[in-house]
Amino acid sequence: MFKTNSFRGGTHPPEDKSRTEHLPIENVPIPEKILIPLQQHIGAPAEPVVEKGAGVKTGQVIAKSNGFISIPAHATCSGTVTAVDLFTHPLGNRMLAIEIENDGKDEWEQKQSRALSIRSLKKDEMLKRIQEAGIAGMGGAAFPTHVKLSPPEDKPVDIILLNGAECEPCLTADHRLMLEQPDLIIQGMRIMMKILGVKTGIIGIERNKPDAIDTITERVRKVKSIRVLPLKVKYPQGAEKQLIKAATGREVPCGGLPMDVGCLVHNVGTALAVAEAVSVKKPLIERIVTVTGNGIAKPKNCRVRIGTSFRHIIEFCGGYTANASKLISGGPMMGIAQVTDAVPVIKGTSGILVLDRKQAFLRKENPCIGCARCVDVCPMNLVPNRIAAFVEYQKIDKARRLGLIDCIECGSCSYICPAKRNLVHYIKLGKAVWNKTQKKAQ
Amino acid sequence: MDRSFYISPSPHIKDSDSIPHIMYWVVGALIPAGIGSVVIFGSRVLWIIAIAVVVSIMTEWICQLILKRPVRALDGSAIITGILVAYNVPAEVSWWIPAVGAFVGITLGKMVFGGLGYNPMNPALIGRAFLTASWPLQMTVFQTLPANGTLSGIDLEGIDAISSATPLNMFSQVREILLNVSQYSDRIDLITQAQVVETRLYDSTMNLLLGKIGGCIGETSVVLLLFGAAILMYKRIIGWKIPFFFVGTVAFFAWLFGGTRGIGTGNPLFHVLSGGLILGAFFMATDMVTSPVTFRGRIFFGIGCGVLTSVIRLWGGYPEGVSYSILLMNLATPLIDRVTLPKKFGGK
Ligand code: SF4
Ligand code: SF4
Repeated sequence: MFKTNSFRGGTHPPEDKSRTEHLPIENVPIPEKILIPLQQHIGAPAEPVVEKGAGVKTGQVIAKSNGFISIPAHATCSGTVTAVDLFTHPLGNRMLAIEIENDGKDEWEQKQSRALSIRSLKKDEMLKRIQEAGIAGMGGAAFPTHVKLSPPEDKPVDIILLNGAECEPCLTADHRLMLEQPDLIIQGMRIMMKILGVKTGIIGIERNKPDAIDTITERVRKVKSIRVLPLKVKYPQGAEKQLIKAATGREVPCGGLPMDVGCLVHNVGTALAVAEAVSVKKPLIERIVTVTGNGIAKPKNCRVRIGTSFRHIIEFCGGYTANASKLISGGPMMGIAQVTDAVPVIKGTSGILVLDRKQAFLRKENPCIGCARCVDVCPMNLVPNRIAAFVEYQKIDKARRLGLIDCIECGSCSYICPAKRNLVHYIKLGKAVWNKTQKKAQ
Repeated sequence: MDRSFYISPSPHIKDSDSIPHIMYWVVGALIPAGIGSVVIFGSRVLWIIAIAVVVSIMTEWICQLILKRPVRALDGSAIITGILVAYNVPAEVSWWIPAVGAFVGITLGKMVFGGLGYNPMNPALIGRAFLTASWPLQMTVFQTLPANGTLSGIDLEGIDAISSATPLNMFSQVREILLNVSQYSDRIDLITQAQVVETRLYDSTMNLLLGKIGGCIGETSVVLLLFGAAILMYKRIIGWKIPFFFVGTVAFFAWLFGGTRGIGTGNPLFHVLSGGLILGAFFMATDMVTSPVTFRGRIFFGIGCGVLTSVIRLWGGYPEGVSYSILLMNLATPLIDRVTLPKKFGGK
């Protein structure tokens, strides 16, 4: 038996995955218009290299990366650039994006060659292909993958973890991907291991996906260096630090990165993109999105081109139900509520969730009754009630001393609070205020 | 056809538990002991509970109206305060005693601080402390001993039998005599008497369990209190740490110092089962608002309550110390929370 180590704390929101976990991934047709935001990753936004009116082909670079911690953006359909302007971004705000009118031909800039042998490729060449493909972490945080794969000399990495936990309720995109394209995922993992010269690869999957555990285990049976680790079903099992703790027993120090304990964590979708980028030089132009919730007529797992609007995808899924009331990019625990369904899917969009009126109903906040549930569930061992209270009273410094910055914003505390306090919201506010004062101080 | 959507910060789903839900479970868990008390002491108890509960709710409601705060008098917390005030008075008190206790508990114990969540001390215990300080006689008159109480048959010559009809009171006086035998050397009969009473007290465990003894309304039926507490633990509304360490500490001290024949001769079971310890440890010390939130904090809190209770019971002027101990520890709660912060994930 594999050990099923876990982490302290955590909670058990309803998994709610049955709507889509058994549905094969469907390809969503490319819409009339595609909208590519230039910031889909952490780091410097890409810099546009096309102008309004330019003709583009699928896979063509339309904005180049701007520094090392940056990635390029590609056209995800062929057609004509109709605007380079500010558009509403799924992370909030209006940000620069390139709009392309689809000519319906889906002509690729570069013919997809047959898989090259990756054996002959040098490490630098592989990293270059990953950056050129515009790959950023597809689990949500969207950190440029080539940067993650280039740790400084003094931080040797000896374990690569693939995150197939998918602990976020409702979402099944990673689950389906593991079932339908296990070979590519494993290939991507081997490429990453080769780049770093790592001998141990662990694929962590929550136990509520036994079919995925079986499928992947079957494929890696003959590979000595890679193993599958079934994980306890608990939120947030897929959070980077918690996953490392569960899989290796190592604890990433406060304020540190996984590489401080010799680990790197990548999402299974990222591994797949890496495999395609390195073997056939395919840029990251599509991803899997789970479209689900009571507000969706026919929930589905969809393969969509980056830049497809939520509205187009929802229409593909039978449209809204009568009482659809809340649109969320991502899952119910960490997703971001959207003002409009005109926003496009970006590289980090793992799901589109639409809640009905009853679920969207906002409960009134009550004073904290000190029940300690938030303290019990916090996977970072913080005292969310007090941190939130300090932020509320604008004592940011005190909040920081209690671990404001260490919060991973998983939302477990807000979820469990019987007083319905928006604890993680206060914590995010506190972080924002703190960052501002830091910037001023500099 | 642009739709409009609700906007809110994540998470977008919430656990279904709510404050009223928790509070009404506590109310429910307190009911069995109340029923037991009605059986033991008669229907008068029902009136005392009703008066305390109604006064609590009305007081909170009026306060919230006057303070222009959202009216949440029916969230269940005022009902708990009412019930606990009633459980903390003898069955024989005049009807206005529970009313005053509830009123003081809600106003001075809760609303002056801003209502539920802001009160530093358990409101019901504030009410009880006020009553004990103002009308000590009313609060300690346990005249009507329960019908089958074995203790009623004991002839206690030389011991103030009437006002000391709770086991703890008797114990306190008996122990006083037995520890100072030399002072009573001319009264051999009294010493023998005290020894007999001590044995009888220790033999009365079964009666303590069932509640066939003198005491406050809610203090008596240990079995029913534990039944209610078990439900709350199962529902994860109260944790095990505070009651466990509270009761455990009292038992330890009782065994070590509670005996009359030297160190380690005490009877822990008697101390655990008598007085308000079970009610206090499971239903008052566990009050969420006024107890620590950290893991280690809850352990310290329980031990602190236990030490204070033992000190008051064994060496203090009072036979019973549960409620004052809890009040004192309530005051220490913010400090305990501050010094018992859990080690952060990845912290040193
Ligand atoms: S404080 Fe942060 S890390 Fe802890 S439960 Fe809340 S959101 Fe998660
Ligand atoms: S869960 Fe809510 S009510 Fe309970 S201690 Fe935390 S903030 Fe307070």
